[in-house]
Amino acid sequence: MTRATLVRANLRRRLRRTILTVLGLGIALFLFVTLRTFLHTLQTVGDVGSESRLIVSNRLGIVFPLPLAYRARLAAQEGVHTVSYASWFGGIYQDPRNFFANYAVDEGYLSLYPEIVVSDEHRAAFMADRTGALVGIRLMERFGWTVGQTITLQGTIYPGEHRFTIRGVYQAGRRGFDESSLLFHHRYLDEIMRAQMGGEGFVGWYVLGVSDPDRAPQIAQAIDATYENSASPTRSQTEKAFNLAFVGMYGNIGFFLNAIGMAVVFAILMVSANTMAMSARERFGEIAVLKTLGFTDGAVLRLVVAESLVIAGLGLALGLGGALLLFNFAEFDLGGFVPGLAVTPGVALMAAAIALLIAAVSAAVPAWQSARLKVVDALRYVA
Amino acid sequence: MALVEVQGVSKVYRRDTVAVPVLENLDLTIEQGEFLALMGPSGSGKTTLLNLLAGLDTPSSGSIRVAGEEISQMKPRQLAAWRARHVGFIFQLYNLIPVLTALQNVELPLLLTPLKKKERREHAETALRIVGLEERMHHYPRQLSGGQEQRVGIARAIVTDPTLILADEPTGDLDSRSAEEILELLERLNREFHKTIVMVTHDPHAAERAGRTLHLEKGALLEARSVARPAPAGGSAQ
Amino acid sequence: MKIPIIYNIRSLLRRPATSLATALGVAFVVLTFIGMLALANGFRSAMVSTGRQDNVIVLRKGADAEISSGITRESAAVIRSMPGIARLPDGRPMVTADVYVVVAKPRVDGTETHMPVRGVGPEAFAVRDAVHIVAGRAFEPGRAEVIVGKGLVGRMANTQIGDKLRFGQQDFTVVGHFEADGSAFESEVWGDAETLMPVFRGPVYQTVALRLEDPTSFDAFKARVEGDPRLQVQVKRESDFYAEQSSFLGTLLRVIAYLVTGVMAVGAVFGAINTMDAMVAGRTREIALLQTLGFRRRSILASFLLEAVFLALAGGVLGCLLALPINGIQTSTTNWQSFGELAFAFRITPGILLQGLVFAAIMGFIGGLLPARRAAKMVVAVGLRRE
Repeated sequence: MTRATLVRANLRRRLRRTILTVLGLGIALFLFVTLRTFLHTLQTVGDVGSESRLIVSNRLGIVFPLPLAYRARLAAQEGVHTVSYASWFGGIYQDPRNFFANYAVDEGYLSLYPEIVVSDEHRAAFMADRTGALVGIRLMERFGWTVGQTITLQGTIYPGEHRFTIRGVYQAGRRGFDESSLLFHHRYLDEIMRAQMGGEGFVGWYVLGVSDPDRAPQIAQAIDATYENSASPTRSQTEKAFNLAFVGMYGNIGFFLNAIGMAVVFAILMVSANTMAMSARERFGEIAVLKTLGFTDGAVLRLVVAESLVIAGLGLALGLGGALLLFNFAEFDLGGFVPGLAVTPGVALMAAAIALLIAAVSAAVPAWQSARLKVVDALRYVA
Repeated sequence: MALVEVQGVSKVYRRDTVAVPVLENLDLTIEQGEFLALMGPSGSGKTTLLNLLAGLDTPSSGSIRVAGEEISQMKPRQLAAWRARHVGFIFQLYNLIPVLTALQNVELPLLLTPLKKKERREHAETALRIVGLEERMHHYPRQLSGGQEQRVGIARAIVTDPTLILADEPTGDLDSRSAEEILELLERLNREFHKTIVMVTHDPHAAERAGRTLHLEKGALLEARSVARPAPAGGSAQ
Repeated sequence: MKIPIIYNIRSLLRRPATSLATALGVAFVVLTFIGMLALANGFRSAMVSTGRQDNVIVLRKGADAEISSGITRESAAVIRSMPGIARLPDGRPMVTADVYVVVAKPRVDGTETHMPVRGVGPEAFAVRDAVHIVAGRAFEPGRAEVIVGKGLVGRMANTQIGDKLRFGQQDFTVVGHFEADGSAFESEVWGDAETLMPVFRGPVYQTVALRLEDPTSFDAFKARVEGDPRLQVQVKRESDFYAEQSSFLGTLLRVIAYLVTGVMAVGAVFGAINTMDAMVAGRTREIALLQTLGFRRRSILASFLLEAVFLALAGGVLGCLLALPINGIQTSTTNWQSFGELAFAFRITPGILLQGLVFAAIMGFIGGLLPARRAAKMVVAVGLRRE
C-alpha cells in the first residue's frame, strides 16, 4: 500500500459521487472550451484573410455594386499584379434554411486563391462549362451532391430558377478556409443580368493581387483617391481587414458568450467545491484518526489535494479531450456555419487553469477544516 | 529510569469565558513494561490524561517526559512526528478507515516511516498474525465483527513498535466474550512483548487485567493501588 | 400518510452551506437560460412587432429580403391603383413605396456595421403609425434631411440632431429622432424616398407597403396583385414578412440557448444528485426512525423528491431574480437576413420566467430521483444501528 492507495480508496468510497463530479466537471469544461473556441474563431476570422489581397468594394456598403469599367484602371495601378472580381448571387437551394454562400467569379479568381485546391481535371471541366459550378467539399457532403449533377438555385436578387452543373469540387488548402461555398462563372451571371435588367457591367467587389503586402495600404489609398468623387466611390482594404469588419457586424455577441462562459465556470466552482466539502465533512472523524496516527496537517492536505487533483484532472481530460476530439479531429463546424473551429493552446491552457483552480478551491475547504480540527475534540465527536 | 514521568501537570479548558480545570497538579510515573489501568467517573479527566500522554493535547502547565523526551512544549508538527514514532493508539470505536482492508488499515501508520513498500507489508502481516487475524487480512472493516475490528485496531497500534500503547475504553463497545479476548491480547502484548500499556476503562473487570490501577477523581489521582487484586467492593466505583 | 414539508425545509436549513451551493448551481443555470432566451426573444419581438397584421408588403418575386427586392415606378403605380387599399380622410391611398438600402457606417465604438436607410413616401407615417417623432421634427420632402430611429441614436456615429450623415456624394442633416414601439424601424434612418433614390440605386423602389381597407380581404388582395400580368411581385402580410426576417438568427439564438443550458443543466443535475445523496446519507437514522414510526416507503420517496424539487425551485427563483436586471439592456447585432444593424433589448416575459422555474423543478426532480429511491429502500435495522 502507498498513499496513492489511500487516495484511490477514498475516490472509490462514494463512487457515484466521484463519477458524477467528474462528469459534471467534464461537461462544464467542455462547454467553456466550446464557447471560448467559438468566440476565438470568430475573432480570428481575419487571420484567414490574406494581406497580399486587396478587396475593393463600394464605399456605400457591400450590397452596392461597382462598375466593371474600373477593371482596366485597377489593373494599371502600380503594385497590382492581378485583378479579379466577384458578385454575390444569393441563390436559394430548395429552402431558405439551406443557406450557403454562392457567388460568381471571373476567370482570374482561382489564380488569386491558392487556398482553393482543385484537381486539374476538375478545373478544366469547370472552365469549359459556361454554367459549371465549383463546389466546396463540405457543401457536396451536406447535400449529397455528385460531380456532373445539375442543381437549381432560386434567385433572390436575380428572379427565377437558375441551373448549374457541378463540374468540380474544391478543398481548402489551409485550415479555417471555407469549404462550403458554390462558385460559378461571372459571364453566366452577366447573361442573367443582361436578360433581366437589360444591362451588365457591374460587379460586387474586386479582388486585387498585390506584389508587396507592405505597400498594400498605399495602393488602397491611391485607388480610393482615384474614385473619391465618382458616382461609385470605392473602399479598398486588405482581405484581412475586410473579414474583420464582417466580424464586427456581430456587435457585442462576444461579450455575451464570455458572460455565459463565466457563469458556467462559476456554477462548476460552486458545485464541485460543495461536493468536496461534503466529502470532507463526512470524513471528519477519519482525518482525526489520521492525525492521531501522526499524520501532520501537511500530510493530510497532500492527501486531500491529491484527491481533488485526480477529480479535476479526469474532468479536464473529459471536457478538453471531448472538445479536442470534436473540433480538432472530427472538424465539427456547425454545418459550415463557422469553419475552422479549433481549440487553441491558449484556450486549452485556460481550461487547465480553471480545473486547477477548482481543485485548489475544492481542496481548500477540507484542508482548512483539517488544519482547524483539534484531534481531541474530533475524537470526542467520533466517539 | 521511568518511561513516563508526569510532573505537576494541570489542564484547564476554556468554555467561552469560564475556565474549567480538568487536571490539577498531577504527578504520575509509569515504568517500562507496565500495564496500567486508569479508572474514574465520567468527567474525572482520565481521557484528558490519556490524550496528554498521547501528545494529542498539551498541558496548561507542568512537564510530561516520555522516554526522556519532554513533549509538553512541542509544536503540533513535532508532536505529530513524535506520535508516529512513539505512540500506538487504540480507540473505543476502533476508527478503522472503512475503504481500506484490514491489512491496509494496519499498514497506514507505516506510511509515516522510512520503511520500503515490501517491509511495510511484512510488518503489517506480522502484526495481524500477532492479533490472530492473518486469515482476514483482505477483509474490509464492515465484513468483520466488532471484536475482530478491534483486533485490527490493536494491530495498527503495535505495527510501528511504539514506545507506548494507549487504549481508550478498548472494550467499551464489545460484548463480554469479545472484550475478554481483547483483554487477553493486551495482557499478552504486555507479557510476551513487554509493551507498556495505559488503558482507560470504566469496567473493573477490565482493570483487573492491568498490573496497576489508578483512580482519577475531580482531576486528581486519588489512590494508587498495588499490583494486588483490588477488593471486589472496588467494583462499586461504576 | 404524508410527511409534512416543513420537515424537509428544516432539513435543508440544517445544512445551509450545502443547500445554498446547490441552489446557486441551479440558479446560475436558470440565469443563463433566461438570459439567452431573453436575448432571442428580444431580437424576435423587435422584428415581429415591426409588421402590422393589416398591413401588406409587396416585394419582387423571389426576393427574400427588402434589400434584394426591386419594384419599378410603373409597378408601384399599378399597386397604388389597386382596389381594397385603405384611404386617408383626404382620399389618398395609404401606400408607401420605399427605397431600402443598408449603408456601411461606423458604430460609436469604431466597429463597422450596415445602417439601414429607408426612403419613404408621404403616407408612410400613416401606414406605419407606430412611428412617431420624439425629438426634433420630421424631414421635409425634397430636402437632404433624415430622421434617425431611437435604436441607432448613441449607438451609431453622427446620429445626433444637427449631425450630418454622408450618403454617396451628399450630406444629409439629422433633423429628428423617432420611436416605433421597439420595432426594427427604430434601427433605421428615414428620409424622403425621392431624395434618397438617386443617391443609391437609381429609379427603383425596393418594396411597397400599404394598409388594407379590410384585413380579412388579404387573400383576395394577394391573388389580385400577384395575378396581375403587369407585375412580377409577391404579396405578404407585413407581420408575417418581418417574422420570417427574424427566423434565422432568432432560431439560431434559441437553439444555442437550449443547447448551452441543456448541457449546463446536466452538470447541475449531477450536483443535485450529490447533494441529495449526502442529505440521505446524513439522515440515515432519521429515515429509519420514520420507517419505524410507520411511514410508508412511498411517503419517504415522495418526501425526498419534494425536498429536491423544493431546493431546485428555490434556486430557480433566485436565478429569476438575478436575471431580472438583464431585462431592457440594449444591444445590437447584424440581422443577416436583412443585412442591416438591428438594435434590440433583452426581453424577459412571464412565460420565460415560468419556463425557467419549470426547468429548475425538472432538474430537482431528476436530481432527487436516485437519492430518494436510495432513502426509500433503506433497511430499518441498518439505519438504526449506524452512527
